[in-house]
Amino acid sequence: MIMIYGGSIMKHVKTLNTRDFKKSMKKGGCGECQTSCQSACKTSCTVGNQSCEQAK
Amino acid sequence: MIHRYQSGGFNIVLDVNSGGVHVVDEMTYDLIGRIEVDAENGMSDEDILSKYGAGMSDEEKEALEELLALRRDDMLFSKDIYEPYIDAFLQRETVVKAMCLHIAHDCNLGCKYCFAGEGEYHGDRGMMSFEVGKKALDYLVEHSGSRKNLEVDFFGGEPLLNFEVVKQLVAYGRSIEKEKNKNFRFTLTTNGTLLTDEILEFANKEMGNLVLSIDGRKAVHDNMRPYRGGKTGSYDKIVPIYQKAAESRNQMNYYVRGTYTHYNTDFAADVLHMADLGFKQISVEPVVAPTEEPYALTLEDIPTLCKQYDILAEEMLRRRKEGKGFNFFHFMIDLAGGPCVAKRLSGCGSGCEYVAVTPWGDFYPCHQFVGEEEFLLGNVDDGIVNTDLQKKFHACNVYSKEACKNCFAKFYCSGGCAANAYHFHNNINAAYEIGCELERKRVECAIMLKVAESAEEDTEN
Repeated sequence: MIMIYGGSIMKHVKTLNTRDFKKSMKKGGCGECQTSCQSACKTSCTVGNQSCEQAK
Repeated sequence: MIHRYQSGGFNIVLDVNSGGVHVVDEMTYDLIGRIEVDAENGMSDEDILSKYGAGMSDEEKEALEELLALRRDDMLFSKDIYEPYIDAFLQRETVVKAMCLHIAHDCNLGCKYCFAGEGEYHGDRGMMSFEVGKKALDYLVEHSGSRKNLEVDFFGGEPLLNFEVVKQLVAYGRSIEKEKNKNFRFTLTTNGTLLTDEILEFANKEMGNLVLSIDGRKAVHDNMRPYRGGKTGSYDKIVPIYQKAAESRNQMNYYVRGTYTHYNTDFAADVLHMADLGFKQISVEPVVAPTEEPYALTLEDIPTLCKQYDILAEEMLRRRKEGKGFNFFHFMIDLAGGPCVAKRLSGCGSGCEYVAVTPWGDFYPCHQFVGEEEFLLGNVDDGIVNTDLQKKFHACNVYSKEACKNCFAKFYCSGGCAANAYHFHNNINAAYEIGCELERKRVECAIMLKVAESAEEDTEN
């Protein structure tokens, strides 16, 4: 397993491309995204599987 | 805070506060466990290298350097810095952006687990009039501030018992959205028994999402979802209708949605059955029921249910490789473009962004509170008048819940379901333990599937 991360060669760690929560503080919170229970769940709360409207 | 786990043959490390997902080799996986406490507590790189580096092989030292590099970049052992941010975020003006319209408090089925009784929500049977629905949509438009996308779910009972009003309300919504600079996203949730070709054509034109209730295998479905009177199941009636509906929507923008109970703790077979029927968008949720009900899930069921999620995830991987993949709602996760942290931490929005409206125009925080008078928020004529109650829901977020503090999944469930918390603990800021355990398992599986997808791409490249 060899990958480049931040200019460094990583042999033991592979990091997936994820949205950095901290960076999302700057542009987040527009509220245009779907409400959790309006999708296919009516008895639990699922947020992580939704998409950001700004990222579409 | 990190969460380490092994799944699908991968060693996975989730950096909870950044959302970073790392796949590591076995040696590094063990190493992370060894340094975790010191690394979390802020021990310097030099001190960690000095404490753990002595006696290490060159490979181990190399791995340790990689972990420390990730920490310097806030991608591993990162801190939770969001609590003050969420406090400020929650001070914003409350707007309503989603409504669950209870078009019909009546149903032609008698599903045994229905939280609406048999459709009437522990009250009178009734149908929403166009006038009440129109006032609800007007309220939504007027109280949605600058939000452009407004979501309206036609719900029941069975909403197709009152389809004419559904049509009228959609037409009304469409007639005002341009002038009001809004975009209605309609959803229809139905048991399918009354879904004719004419209604399907309408739904395909107007409904952004179609939720079709089915529990899986015929015996499982018919046991829990019979017609009223309980003698005949609804499976044979709905399956061909749903297959036609799914194809007519090009296998997108719909869900076949089921509920599993203590009677089918082998629910992976039900999900796979639906996939075998040709459905590509599948959601099956755990029942939420009073503990005295025989179909209620128990704490003892949890290991079996978690194993079922593993079985399902592995089978989904296999089918995906064979070109027969399908989506399972609770395993879907958007790692690269998912919600912002404000969304992830500020709760589901019930009672604030989201309200349920009864056929008589009463407002409740969500569909699961309908009929419980202490949760009456207001109505379509007077608006939200119980502002004290609204404030309690507004203040509900991940940091208001003690149980969420040390949970790795808090950024994926947003603190869980307020209704479940209340119904099990009389407190909307509590946690419903069975729901939490299953959510954690689903998040693990969802991330593992993404990791596997990434590994497949690496192999192809």
